[in-house]
Amino acid sequence: MAEFRPGDPEQTAFLQELLDARLLIDSGIPGVYGRGEGFERVRSAFDARVTAAAAADEPERLAFPPVLPRRQIEEIGYLKSFPHLAGTIFSFEGDEEQAAAQEATAERHEDWSEFQTQTDLCLTPAACYPVYPAIAARGKLAPGGLMVDAGGSYVFRREPSGDPARLQMFHQREIVRIGEPATVAAWRDAWRDRSIELLRSVGLDASFDVASDPFFGRSGRLLARSQKAQALKFEVLVQIAGPEPTAVASFNYHQDHFSSTYGLEMDAPDPTAHTACLGFGLERITLALLRTHGLDSDEWPGEVREELGL
Amino acid sequence: MKDQIRQVIREHAHLSVDVETLGDDADLYQAGMTSHASVNVMIALEDTFDVEFLDSMLKRSVFESIDSIAGALQEVGVPA
Repeated sequence: MAEFRPGDPEQTAFLQELLDARLLIDSGIPGVYGRGEGFERVRSAFDARVTAAAAADEPERLAFPPVLPRRQIEEIGYLKSFPHLAGTIFSFEGDEEQAAAQEATAERHEDWSEFQTQTDLCLTPAACYPVYPAIAARGKLAPGGLMVDAGGSYVFRREPSGDPARLQMFHQREIVRIGEPATVAAWRDAWRDRSIELLRSVGLDASFDVASDPFFGRSGRLLARSQKAQALKFEVLVQIAGPEPTAVASFNYHQDHFSSTYGLEMDAPDPTAHTACLGFGLERITLALLRTHGLDSDEWPGEVREELGL
Repeated sequence: MKDQIRQVIREHAHLSVDVETLGDDADLYQAGMTSHASVNVMIALEDTFDVEFLDSMLKRSVFESIDSIAGALQEVGVPA
């Protein structure tokens, strides 16, 4: 079982406040919560704010369910980079006798995994993953490429924690850019500034920093340091609870990682296509807003409420 | 040792050019090695030379060229 990371005293107290105010609803599993009405109102409002900000670029809007064909997880190397975070879907495929044995074992809350078989599905770990094969299937990209607003699917990361900002299942609000390397790099730089403006416009003290992903193991340390040395990942940070600011949005420049996997190409003499994505962690932004402005959004400053259309 | 390093690079670095056209100081990343390929190179080098790179060596610059790889291997005890 993945190791539980307890929250620090400030994080633990903030989680209790959120539960007491029925903004989050306890499930008994750390990092898995229901969302109360007051929480969802704020989350939906910020989600709509991102949609409005992205609309200026006339993106194509796509939406995907929070499960991913297992084959995609295998193709993109997720199990090499993040084997510790992946969630795989298993289901029962046995006969009546086995079903009865499974039920009897489960009723005693004992291990019933021997009756389960791996399916062709995984839980989606990043909301942008389904976008790349979907666009590649259309054939070569017209010059300029395209931007996709991939909505705000739930994603799964197996990292149980007592920090309310570290959830196992959360909404990742993703925007994806696919195009010529220079086009994608310029897009990322422009959106880095726009995302900070967006967060500051709702009263959050946002700053950005070069970051790395939590790659697994020794080879992961090489990947993480390479990623940092090349400044391929940026995070936008906001203070929520705890000793350090929390990343509430991140930019990943994948270079040709996804385009080479799926054969994404430009319809041009130089067919090289690069990809980048920007993901807002909607729950973390909601938590940051609740922490900064108070647990009751009706009492927030007028300009913040207006900006969010609350 | 450098012949064996070249062999590992040929099999695992997925360069866009033949490794034999590159000098010992040539930039392997410029020659098409991705970060993910550099991980495969690292693991294959450890298997080939039966050594383990130090944690401080697990960084991009160590796998940048045949010379830099040879330097790191010598540091962990592989004879030149």
